[in-house]
Amino acid sequence: MQQGALSKYRICDFTGQLAGAGATKWVAAFGAEVIRIEDPVRQGRWDILRGVEPFVDERRGVDLGGGFNNHNTGKYGITLNLRTERAREILRELIAVSDAVTENFAAGVLASWGFDYEAMKSIKPDIVYVSNAGFGHTGPYARFKTWGPIVQAISGLTFTAALPGQPPAGWGYSYMDHTGAYYMAIAVLLALIHRERTGEGQWVDLACTEAALGLHGPAILDWTVNGRPMRRDEPLCSNRSEWPPMAPHGIYPCAGEDQWVAIACRDDADWQALGRVIDEPWCGESAWKTAAGRLADQDRLDACVGEWTAARDKFRIAEALQQAGVPAAPVQTPEERIEHDPSTAAFGLWPTVTHTQMGRVRVDGLPVHFSETDWRIERGAPCLGEHTDEVLGRVLGYDADEIAKLREEGVI
Amino acid sequence: MTALTGIRVLELAREPIAFAGKLLADMGADVILIEPPGGDPCRRYPPFLDDQPGDDRSLYWWHYHTSKRGIVLDLDSDTGQDAFRRLAASADVLLEAEPPGRLARLGLDYADLAALRPELIHVALTAFGRSDPKSALPYTDLTVLAGGGPVWSCGYDDHTLPPVRGLGNQGYNTGCHYAVLSVLTALLYRLQSGRGQFIDVSLHAAANVTTEAGSYMWLVKRDTVQRQTGRHAATRPTGETQVQCADGRYANTGVPPRTPKEFAAMLAWLRELGLEEEFPEAVFLQMGADWQGPFDLSLLGTDDTITAIFAAGRDALKLIATRIPAYDFFVGCQRAGLPAGIIYSPEEAFEDEHFQARGYQVAVEHDDIGRTIRYPGAPYRLPASPWRISRRAPKLGEHTEEVLGAL
Repeated sequence: MQQGALSKYRICDFTGQLAGAGATKWVAAFGAEVIRIEDPVRQGRWDILRGVEPFVDERRGVDLGGGFNNHNTGKYGITLNLRTERAREILRELIAVSDAVTENFAAGVLASWGFDYEAMKSIKPDIVYVSNAGFGHTGPYARFKTWGPIVQAISGLTFTAALPGQPPAGWGYSYMDHTGAYYMAIAVLLALIHRERTGEGQWVDLACTEAALGLHGPAILDWTVNGRPMRRDEPLCSNRSEWPPMAPHGIYPCAGEDQWVAIACRDDADWQALGRVIDEPWCGESAWKTAAGRLADQDRLDACVGEWTAARDKFRIAEALQQAGVPAAPVQTPEERIEHDPSTAAFGLWPTVTHTQMGRVRVDGLPVHFSETDWRIERGAPCLGEHTDEVLGRVLGYDADEIAKLREEGVI
Repeated sequence: MTALTGIRVLELAREPIAFAGKLLADMGADVILIEPPGGDPCRRYPPFLDDQPGDDRSLYWWHYHTSKRGIVLDLDSDTGQDAFRRLAASADVLLEAEPPGRLARLGLDYADLAALRPELIHVALTAFGRSDPKSALPYTDLTVLAGGGPVWSCGYDDHTLPPVRGLGNQGYNTGCHYAVLSVLTALLYRLQSGRGQFIDVSLHAAANVTTEAGSYMWLVKRDTVQRQTGRHAATRPTGETQVQCADGRYANTGVPPRTPKEFAAMLAWLRELGLEEEFPEAVFLQMGADWQGPFDLSLLGTDDTITAIFAAGRDALKLIATRIPAYDFFVGCQRAGLPAGIIYSPEEAFEDEHFQARGYQVAVEHDDIGRTIRYPGAPYRLPASPWRISRRAPKLGEHTEEVLGAL
């Protein structure tokens, strides 16, 4: 087998949901041996995605959750009942031969089992430990709990997605579970690079809310420098462009039910090009020749553009405008971008994995390609305890009799 | 020494890739931002210092280019190309979001540079991938998020309103997160093998795999999520989770009570606020608090008692939310063990006591204007390899002499 970029690394992985599991999905796709540790007593239910929809067929159960499969491709799964001292001993043996420990429990959970950073460091002095909690492990809210939508609410992401006269629309999915996972994987990789170069391990305290706050940099500087808040008297319209200002810039209705097209005129040249495609009398309105004129009159401008788009097909509009040099894109449905979009197909973005119970299922791939050591996503998520025997044998040197005994004693 | 000390990154200035350079620079990499004569257009983006446009007054520029050095090179000229080649021979990473074909025409693409520097890791960020003809067409953050899937899932219950794109260049940010993941992964490989490589990052693909259930509901069972106000898009309508509180601000009610302890906490809170009288369903909260055995949520909708208790918990949350300020609701819920949140604006979050206590606000010296400016701080805390803004964003060509002189 081709050597992966990260094949030499082993991750002792307690992550779950998407905010954690998404991080170790990346490293597994590049060849790292990611070993998920799950609780046999509660059937791995710490990760609620294990047993929830979507399902491929009428079967239900902890091995059949479609989201779980999507986020845990290529990982190994073992069960350890950490209520028992014997299981904690096995965990110590596993940490001793791992490069990193990853988790996204609420702050303090891993420590309550006797595995805080100091304990892990005494087992493996150069261990990399990355924790990912909503508010981090220190500060007044360290014990508060979050999930994606709460991180988005706290950090300003929900507030800054809205139409005028409406409550916040927010993000209709856990953008910060995805993005928290990206920051977590970045943290793992940074700490591994640091260890390679210095021999030193460390504990990385990642707070998802802080990663999220950094995604509003210019808005925060506008506050600290100019004292201008995002919460203002005038209504927020996030489909418009804030920096740089552009007009027209929005999402407009198209022919058909719930069909939309996004159009962005970056400058006067784009506006003229748009006018040549649309070719309506208002395109020549003298007040709209300059960006300042268009920006001052966006409501009327948007109404004109929207009236023109409403009778037309979103794909045709986007294509005509793009050919004319104006940024435009249809608002694509999942079916359109997954089944009918030549760009995602050509990129190989939806690999099919083989899952022991679910069979062959398509999953999210990675949006990158490496010329030398590209990712591979071939194996589905592990069933509960699917690799317990294999990992205990191959990695920790237990024989079949010892493993049988551990199972009998309720350790694994 | 930090993780990236001594790692030299060349960044060809373009709006979509700027954040990737910042993430590496703030972790200690030596990021050299290369601008064309006249400067990158982002230098002239608002907002501006004291709202006055002018050189080095763009706060947009300030944010995205912290910790970098800046030089000017005219890559269309022989001398500029020559200097770039010499720089590339000293570099570990190239970050660029050039129109496909431009670097090849200049003789500065991966094949040319790898011949000079086999260890080079070249990351190209494009709209649809380097070999996709659509990458030659113009795009913005809005069109990336609309075509790539996120926008479909965001908006309101009322579908006569358009779907919504959130602010903050999140389409570009996502591409940059993947660019940084790629750089670091390739650096770890290079530490073993000594070999660099070329990495193709697609903004469209990055948006496509950052849509959670939007993608996997389709991939697994060909079902389509529909957008809903302030909560996850879903294949079947779900209950509201966003409430306007007594002070006009909104809160996300999160996950309603599900355990006897949580029902008891809810009831106690209701009593404390004197609201029990006007909430007859409080009796169901008492039943929830007294519940013996597992509270089986899979029986929601079929078991009348479980359904009534669960609904009472959710309605009690909503009632409380409308009677107290959003902040009190957030903290009160969290103290009761319920993951609810206040919907802050970015500056409100930035000033919140939690982030202040953690030292999230950092001070950056702007020697040129004699001011110290508060910036957003570390996205992660690596004590052995600290994140740090080592300098303000560069002025146009501020380090040209210093960088080229050292070659």
